[in-house]
Amino acid sequence: MRLQFILSEIWTGVRRNLSMTVSVTLVTMVSVLFIGFGLLAQRQVDTMKDYWYDRVQVSIFLCTAKSNQPNCAAGPVTAAQRQQISTQLDSMKPLVKGVFTETQAQAYSRFKHQFKDSPVLDDIKPADLPESFRVQLSDPTKYAVITSSFTGAPGVGEVQDQQRILDPLFTWLNKFTIGTWVMAALMVVCSVLLVATTIRQTAFSRRRETGIMRLVGASAFVIQLPFILETLIATLLGAGLGFGALWAAIRFGITENVARSIPITFITTHDVVSIAPVLVGGGAVVAMATAWLTLRRYLRV
Amino acid sequence: MIRFENVSKTYPRSSRPALRNVSLEVERGEFVFVVGQSGSGKSTLLRLVLREERATGGQVLVAGRELAHLPGRKVPALRREIGTVFQDFRLLPNKTVYQNVAFALQVLGRSRHQIRQTVPETLEMVGLDGKEKRLPHELSGGEQQRVAIARAFVNKPAILLCDEPTGNLDPTISLDIVQLLDRIHRGGTTVVMATHDVDIVDQLRKRVVELKDGEMVRDESRGVYGSVR
Repeated sequence: MRLQFILSEIWTGVRRNLSMTVSVTLVTMVSVLFIGFGLLAQRQVDTMKDYWYDRVQVSIFLCTAKSNQPNCAAGPVTAAQRQQISTQLDSMKPLVKGVFTETQAQAYSRFKHQFKDSPVLDDIKPADLPESFRVQLSDPTKYAVITSSFTGAPGVGEVQDQQRILDPLFTWLNKFTIGTWVMAALMVVCSVLLVATTIRQTAFSRRRETGIMRLVGASAFVIQLPFILETLIATLLGAGLGFGALWAAIRFGITENVARSIPITFITTHDVVSIAPVLVGGGAVVAMATAWLTLRRYLRV
Repeated sequence: MIRFENVSKTYPRSSRPALRNVSLEVERGEFVFVVGQSGSGKSTLLRLVLREERATGGQVLVAGRELAHLPGRKVPALRREIGTVFQDFRLLPNKTVYQNVAFALQVLGRSRHQIRQTVPETLEMVGLDGKEKRLPHELSGGEQQRVAIARAFVNKPAILLCDEPTGNLDPTISLDIVQLLDRIHRGGTTVVMATHDVDIVDQLRKRVVELKDGEMVRDESRGVYGSVR
């Protein structure tokens, strides 16, 4: 009985203020989208960092007969120099997690595979490709240690650090994530202001009913409840739509699309589902808190 | 039932007090007219009883409760024992007569069964049976006030406060309304009615409390409107 009364009051309120209710729903949806994107972008960056840092290596390319780096003026690397480099790498454990050697023959077969359709293949012989030490570090951020130790060492043509190739990518991803968070924060501010304005308007348009409820002795809870529930329904609907849009964006934009052509680990719809409680729950809590505070200010009980 | 002990009330942005040292006692089951010119403090007195305002001095006791120290969450319980009728009726324009009266019970959580029983009884008592489905704008002024009285009384409050209930009505209808209030009074309800309707007060010869510039200047049982002719 009382439930039916509350429900009919909510329904009347929503109908009377339909445009405001729809606004709250849409703004919540966009807020959830931005916050979701922020969280997922963060997660993607972390996933990619994990993926790449596992694979990042410092490559020490040794001199060949045809190398034209200044350090190779003395000719190709000698056995003694090769041994010296290997011993030095050994001594740098535990920073050096693993060392793999690639001979010129191995380099050539990798090169053949990568450029199998290219005419360049005919001009290159195994002796043209440098052998290398591929160094895996236990702490990839300390690549500078290797670079400084081996650049200019006898027999070393070039020390190449793959991290440097990835740095711009990660810088850009981090900037993107920050940008998304800024947008999300703005949207949350919008949501809060819109919920407050909607409540004020609803309270005003229902002043006759609430006035009589107060006179007749209805408790503050009964008077405030329809407003809170209206806000909650609009917000949950918006959060639900936002979550659905996020899910679809990841499913059809990434999993079925980009992830098929780029061979790195991407976030999936599982990640979206895992942040759903934070998004939906957080949205509801923020909306209800705003509603309650606004009611305290603008609804006399 | 209602006791004012040296009650004063000054509104925040005003220098002149609305009520000044008013002491008054209304027993259970009494009928009291509160008379005076506009601005004499009649409405303020009623608002203090309802705890719509708090007294700035003195003590107000209603139905055993000392209002100054009554916590906010206990005020609804106080108001459930008080029915209020206003000059401008204050009906909900989009609800029928039945729904307007039922509203007062619905917000208090009464069952649908209880409402279906009580509302028709109350409408019959105020003389509106047959008009349940009408909307307020389809009723005359007198009928609208009857709906307001029905709504105020449907919960069987101990006290009925009326703030110039006949202010918008013509003399014949005014008398009908006050006679209805008197019938309710005879059922045991304490009635306090603020008015500046001279004829009504003179005809009914009930207790009259007169306010002038916020002070109580007269308290007469079986009184008339004017004191000094």
